[in-house]
Amino acid sequence: MTPSLVLAATGGTLVAAGVVLLLERSLSRLVVGVLVLSNGVNLLILTGGGPAGRAPILAAHEPEERPGRPLSDPLPQAMILTAIVISLASAAFVLAIAYRSGRLSGDDEVRDDIEDMRVRRESEDDVRLRTERERRAVADPSELGAREEPDSDFPGGVPRDGRHGRPGRPRRDGQGR
Amino acid sequence: MNALIPLPVLLPVLAAGIKIIIGPRHALLKRAISVVALGAVLGIAVVLLVRADRDGPQAVQLGGWPAPVGITLVADRLSALMLVVSSAVILCVLVYAFGQDGADRDRDTPLSVFHPTYLLLAAGVCDAFLAGDLFNLFVGFEMMLMASYVLVTLAGTMARVRAGTTYIVVALLSSMLFLVAIAVLYAATGTVNMAQLSLRIAELPAPVSRIGEAALLTAFAAKAAVFPLSMWLPDSYPSAPTPVTAVFAGLLTKIGVYGVIRTETVLFPGGHLHTVLLVAALLSMLVGVLGAMVQIDVRRLLSFTLVSHIGYMIFGVGLDSAAGLAATVFYVLHHITIQTTLFLVAGLIDRRGGGTSLARLGGLARTAPLVGVLFFVPAMNLGGIPPLSGFLGKLGLLRAGLAQGGPLVDALVAGAVVTSLLTLYALVKVWNQAFWGAPPDDLPGDPPAARLPVAMVAGSAALVVLSLAYTAGGGPLYGLCQRAAAELLDPQAYVRAVFPSGGAS
Repeated sequence: MTPSLVLAATGGTLVAAGVVLLLERSLSRLVVGVLVLSNGVNLLILTGGGPAGRAPILAAHEPEERPGRPLSDPLPQAMILTAIVISLASAAFVLAIAYRSGRLSGDDEVRDDIEDMRVRRESEDDVRLRTERERRAVADPSELGAREEPDSDFPGGVPRDGRHGRPGRPRRDGQGR
Repeated sequence: MNALIPLPVLLPVLAAGIKIIIGPRHALLKRAISVVALGAVLGIAVVLLVRADRDGPQAVQLGGWPAPVGITLVADRLSALMLVVSSAVILCVLVYAFGQDGADRDRDTPLSVFHPTYLLLAAGVCDAFLAGDLFNLFVGFEMMLMASYVLVTLAGTMARVRAGTTYIVVALLSSMLFLVAIAVLYAATGTVNMAQLSLRIAELPAPVSRIGEAALLTAFAAKAAVFPLSMWLPDSYPSAPTPVTAVFAGLLTKIGVYGVIRTETVLFPGGHLHTVLLVAALLSMLVGVLGAMVQIDVRRLLSFTLVSHIGYMIFGVGLDSAAGLAATVFYVLHHITIQTTLFLVAGLIDRRGGGTSLARLGGLARTAPLVGVLFFVPAMNLGGIPPLSGFLGKLGLLRAGLAQGGPLVDALVAGAVVTSLLTLYALVKVWNQAFWGAPPDDLPGDPPAARLPVAMVAGSAALVVLSLAYTAGGGPLYGLCQRAAAELLDPQAYVRAVFPSGGAS
């Protein structure tokens, strides 16, 4: 079987373009990405079905008009129909989510995760604190080990923000000054 | 008798349709419909398991079209085992959801949407397990995913829309990759029937079959949240309603693992990519559990342990031996149950403690001892404390690994032990902080509920009992898993069931 190069190349380009669009933060581009990507994949399935021929099943009962031309493979077409329905539903859902997100936040960007930001901020805090302590230890060696970490027995770091009034790690920040 | 096989897919879909027709009223009747439908699925799954274990794989050709053309549903030992455990878990979570409905009506869970969608999710899960051809497997995945999109963004709050977007994009991308893999395999072999594929792939030139295998494995690994394709999971699961998170954590990732198992045994036997699988397994274990250690929210912590324990299952598949595969099947069953239970109990903690952030929890062992017991048993089970089922599964994996030997496998064995200990550390941290620690002076969050709905406790307790049953029936169950693994490694019976009169090649 020799697949059509044009179909395969078009499918590949559409898939690539769809993936690029899916990586965007804007939800409306994401919808377009879903559509482009699924069309590209459908073309690839069609390529997998071999060269085009006469209408499958129906043409078998008709008198031979152009002998030598075989029937097309019906199975990829059935699979593409199913895939089209599924990607239509997915795209509709993403569109609904984009609308809802726009109503809630005023734009259609995907936000950062709050908990990820917390972990990142804490690790940055830790690095800053450590460099500061090292700097002080160089300036005044008696400082080293004189102050102990408030929650050093708890590497996971569980800030009891309810007790200190301020979110984050107020004790560590206060200690540095 | 094979007419039973399509019922686990059909019954939930029918029940969902009936519930939509009934409309918003008759809550009790609709609950009864759900319970009856899912209970029937559980019963049928048990019958299928008994028959598959006694008589070998059972196949049914839908619509009477013979195998390579029509749609085939197959119930072999692995499918039937997964079906039994999944339907039991789905039923228990449904009972839990009833309790939650009664307790916070209309707070942030529109029930008229939740229940039919949940049934469709169940149908998709059953279809994925029973599918006998790759395209039907894709359709099963999509049924389940469409339902899960709705469930993960239920009520459309800001947090859920944000988390849901990540989830949907990753799921869509992996589905499309799955379709590409199907296109590649169809172009190369001219079939999507798994029994026929298992014969024809063996005749393909090696580079072609490696491309197909890599594409399929990547698609399944993204769904199973194997590192480095796991970043979406801890981000998107915790914000959904508790029953939804629980069933996602228990089932949806395991369907990805099921896909990996099928790919590596029936379709592409021989373990050509087992080095890749083993490295991914090691990294999943370590990265997942290190992520869990820094979390202060119980649900996020559990999501990270989920990623790390997916590593164990991939480890067993990557070993490419009957012993490793048997241990993986056992571990999957154990982990479906245990991870769902832990997420349900996180919901109970939320209700009794007024939140799931460890910073705000404390003293629950005194105020809610029952929740303490329900958390402690599955937590120790996940950490692998003997004689619970987590220990049995890990023991099987480690023994299979040590029997195989080699530097990479030895590194994995060491990694598995370290991960187990670190998991225990993370869970003990939750225990110390939420159950033993002093309660915080003032609670800024929601006031905790005075008492828990009976159905919520009953649903969680039933799952704890089920997980203990794995220990009690450990010997026979492990034997069944070994027979399932043997069947997977020798797909002759599978092919014969799908093509009773030959003609498969």
